[in-house]
Amino acid sequence: MRSRDALWEPVFDNNPIALQVLGVCSALAVTTSMATAVVMSLAVTAVLMGSNVTLSMIRHRIPYRIRIIVQLTVIASLVIVTEQILQATAYGISQQLSVFVGLIITNCIVMGRAESFAMEHPPGLSFLDGLGNALGFGAVLLFVGFFRELLGTGSIFGYTILATTTNGGWYPPNGFMTLAPSAALLIGCFIWILRSRKPDQIEEEFTIAEEVTLGAFPDPGGEGRIR
Amino acid sequence: MSSDGKHASERSLAYTLAFAALVGVVASGVVGGTAVLLESRREANRLLDLRRHVLEVAGLTTRDERLARDDLERLFAERVHPVVVELSSGRAVLDVDPESFDQRRMSRDPAHSRPAPSNPARVSRLPELALVYHVMEDGDELDVLILPFHGSGLWSTIYGFVALDSDLSTVRGITFYEHGETAGLGARITEPEWRSLWVGRQAFDEGGTLRIRVVKGSADPSSLHEVDGISGATLTGSGVSAAVGFWLGSSGFGPYLERYRQDRGSS
Repeated sequence: MRSRDALWEPVFDNNPIALQVLGVCSALAVTTSMATAVVMSLAVTAVLMGSNVTLSMIRHRIPYRIRIIVQLTVIASLVIVTEQILQATAYGISQQLSVFVGLIITNCIVMGRAESFAMEHPPGLSFLDGLGNALGFGAVLLFVGFFRELLGTGSIFGYTILATTTNGGWYPPNGFMTLAPSAALLIGCFIWILRSRKPDQIEEEFTIAEEVTLGAFPDPGGEGRIR
Repeated sequence: MSSDGKHASERSLAYTLAFAALVGVVASGVVGGTAVLLESRREANRLLDLRRHVLEVAGLTTRDERLARDDLERLFAERVHPVVVELSSGRAVLDVDPESFDQRRMSRDPAHSRPAPSNPARVSRLPELALVYHVMEDGDELDVLILPFHGSGLWSTIYGFVALDSDLSTVRGITFYEHGETAGLGARITEPEWRSLWVGRQAFDEGGTLRIRVVKGSADPSSLHEVDGISGATLTGSGVSAAVGFWLGSSGFGPYLERYRQDRGSS
């Protein structure tokens, strides 16, 4: 695998949210404003790169049987450190992100990349893979955050762009955009745009009858598409 | 899984255990080290955030106003007087420095706290002392009284302040500075829209009975004491309701409020 692929592939070709459909939970929760989306992206970037590099460095020494709990320990430690740093440097934002920084521990992207990439590749490539996936995650977060903050509150990074009627302007803010379901809609749009430009990302359609005969309907050993 | 051939079978149990122990030690070292290193800054931020909440709930700043640290400290020092209060008697305690007083630490200290009577807010221990804030007008006239409260929500302990008018019943504002409720549901208690529902409600009725509460669904519009619940967050709402009720009640600041009313009645 080439370094460039490790870095750029996850951004659009194998986006963790849009194609792997991982980490959607926090993507719904922290995208009400650009500021929280940016900080969350940075936090995930730090954790993902850190965990990928750390685990890759010790990958030959990790006993196979306890590899998952070792991954979890490394990730959890990094998350706690990240949370502490946030509380020390950006307290207000860390309060807004509330539990979601802590929940990076359970963000499927982090463990997914650890298990599927860092455990089998050298630290350099793993670093780039972590960065690439974090950029892919961040791209979706910023996309969603941009529209939610703009349409929901008429501002970007807290600066008024559309003067809302509540403040005597002309724009009636769309309350739906401040709620989590709007993020699901926007992520759907993101996937739609992405797949209409890159048709190879469209999954093949099976009818249910075919899936049953193929034995593919309950798919526990699949790629973890459904999280 | 093929590039490294040394898998399960080749690792002895001793190696696995030693590796697990090592990972544990290193991880706790890193986590502990960062915590110790950043403790003072986190503490300073926490205190500043607390003061921001006190100023906002007192109506001295608005939510959107992001004062710089120095301005905020100055405004706080000028307008807000922290007072340490003995809960059981309601007396102000003058020989304890409010700056360094830590109510949460005292609640954990068996020598200076006692188990709370069974209560719906699920407050487990009561400290001897508590920290309240006075905002004065024209020098010595009480304008706003700010009381801290906490209690169990659905997932977490919710911490906040409630501000009362000088009549010690009309709510000036409520704010929450720490909680771990579900984002989008319980966490909506922190939204200004919901908090504004509290403003102007009466905590007590004419007879002095504690009445304020969060109801499920919509509040009776004619009621002076009811606050709308948040749909999807009934338990968080009841938690807030119970917490405010507990701390305004006889185990909490009841004696203090009583003493204050009497003092003013006699003067």
